[in-house]
Amino acid sequence: MSKKDATIGVLALQGAVELHRPHIEACGADFKAVKTQKQFEDIDAFILPGGESTTMLRLIRNFGLWDALAENFKTKPVWGICAGSILMAEKVTNPAQDSFGILPFTVERNGYGRQLESHHSDINGYKVSFIRAPIITDIGKDVEILAEHEGSPVWVQKGNKIASTFHPELTEDYPSPMHRHFIDLVRSGLSCRFPSLIYT
Amino acid sequence: MGKTSSTSNVINIKTGLAEMLKGGVIMDVVTADQAKVAEEAGAVAVMALERVPSDIRKAGGVARMSPPELIEEIMKVSSIPVMAKCRIGHFAEAQLLQQIGVDYIDESEVLTPADEEFHINKQDFKVPFVCGAKNLGEALRRIGEGAALMRTKGEPGTGNIVEAVRHMRQINAQIKWVSNMDESELMTAARDLGAPFELLKIVREEGKLPVPNFAAGGIATPADAALCMQLGAESVFVGSGIFKSDNPEKFAKAIVKAAAHFDDPAIVLEASKELEGVAMRGTEISEIDEPMRMANRGW
Repeated sequence: MSKKDATIGVLALQGAVELHRPHIEACGADFKAVKTQKQFEDIDAFILPGGESTTMLRLIRNFGLWDALAENFKTKPVWGICAGSILMAEKVTNPAQDSFGILPFTVERNGYGRQLESHHSDINGYKVSFIRAPIITDIGKDVEILAEHEGSPVWVQKGNKIASTFHPELTEDYPSPMHRHFIDLVRSGLSCRFPSLIYT
Repeated sequence: MGKTSSTSNVINIKTGLAEMLKGGVIMDVVTADQAKVAEEAGAVAVMALERVPSDIRKAGGVARMSPPELIEEIMKVSSIPVMAKCRIGHFAEAQLLQQIGVDYIDESEVLTPADEEFHINKQDFKVPFVCGAKNLGEALRRIGEGAALMRTKGEPGTGNIVEAVRHMRQINAQIKWVSNMDESELMTAARDLGAPFELLKIVREEGKLPVPNFAAGGIATPADAALCMQLGAESVFVGSGIFKSDNPEKFAKAIVKAAAHFDDPAIVLEASKELEGVAMRGTEISEIDEPMRMANRGW
């Protein structure tokens, strides 16, 4: 098979990494699990996967990856899922913790409650999972809301940054519309010679 | 593409949480302070206990579910998932744990079994269960009862990795054996393993267990964690290994680091140099009388 036109890197420090592979490959793009600065250079876009945001934060700090990620996030498309969306937020509550602040929203960790409150739901006709999911409690006016659930935004976008508080990757119906949407966005950026002019 | 919810095949919400815990370390804690140390070190979850397995061994007597107040106190200070153990077959303890609202129940051989014949029907519960297994048949029996996550039994509280390795290798070998099997041989294999036929069929098709498989029982060092992960464990449970070591904070951080980079010996070495203390003493398995071995509990 010839080289794919886009390589999607899933940050693989911890969490649900492999489940993205079939979704990404069904879009005709390359999947790559990344956990070092050198690997970050070889990818066109990031998925920050679901998992435990506190664990990911510790590992990012302990491995001195913060600056490298922040630098990459300035230009490359990023999609944060659940824990990943918490890392992208401007502000995190319950409890407060560090975040990259690359999307202007406030997010409350475990907003629905504990595991007993985890549930499935339909988002744009696709069945997804909310697992100890966060809730976006406040959002910048310039952020586009792609989907809502129980009155809160759950899938949002600004420029080439996307966050979803739910998991489409746990659904084995490939690719999810959310993966399709993200990879289309990545491709539209790659076909443009000056993506930073559009997305900043 | 016809994507409606009625046709979509989604991983159930119980196993979904296990997927989120992959590539991490679940740590036994006996106080709220220890839970904070664990979270600060980067644990993906904590197991709230009254005593760690090595102390349960020492204390003797009957080991039961931890007091609810203790579990609730640990839940209060933790933002990561909190698990708790109930006795094998003790569905009333499991009901209490669900009522408390823990995120995962471990139906565990570390506690004194309440039923020597029947495990809990875990399908009855909304809260997910993790169970231990020594081999493929046992793993599939537990999954058949509704376990959403498996782990090796190992030999808890020993700081000795040999049993966890044995169980991991046994399950791997049996999965390979089944994967290469002709379909017509499958029913006989199901009989010999004591495994539900339909689940064995899935294992044959997919070449892996239908739920994630973690390692537990005897993990005491970063290298132990790396060993288990390279043998195919997707995360590790560390019981006595952290808070029975010289320097729990450093051990916790180092084991988290090793689990994240289990396939990079340079980083596991780095983690091993950061321990600043010695691991728990450890016990040779042959020193433990057969009836005292926890891995033999359950079937």
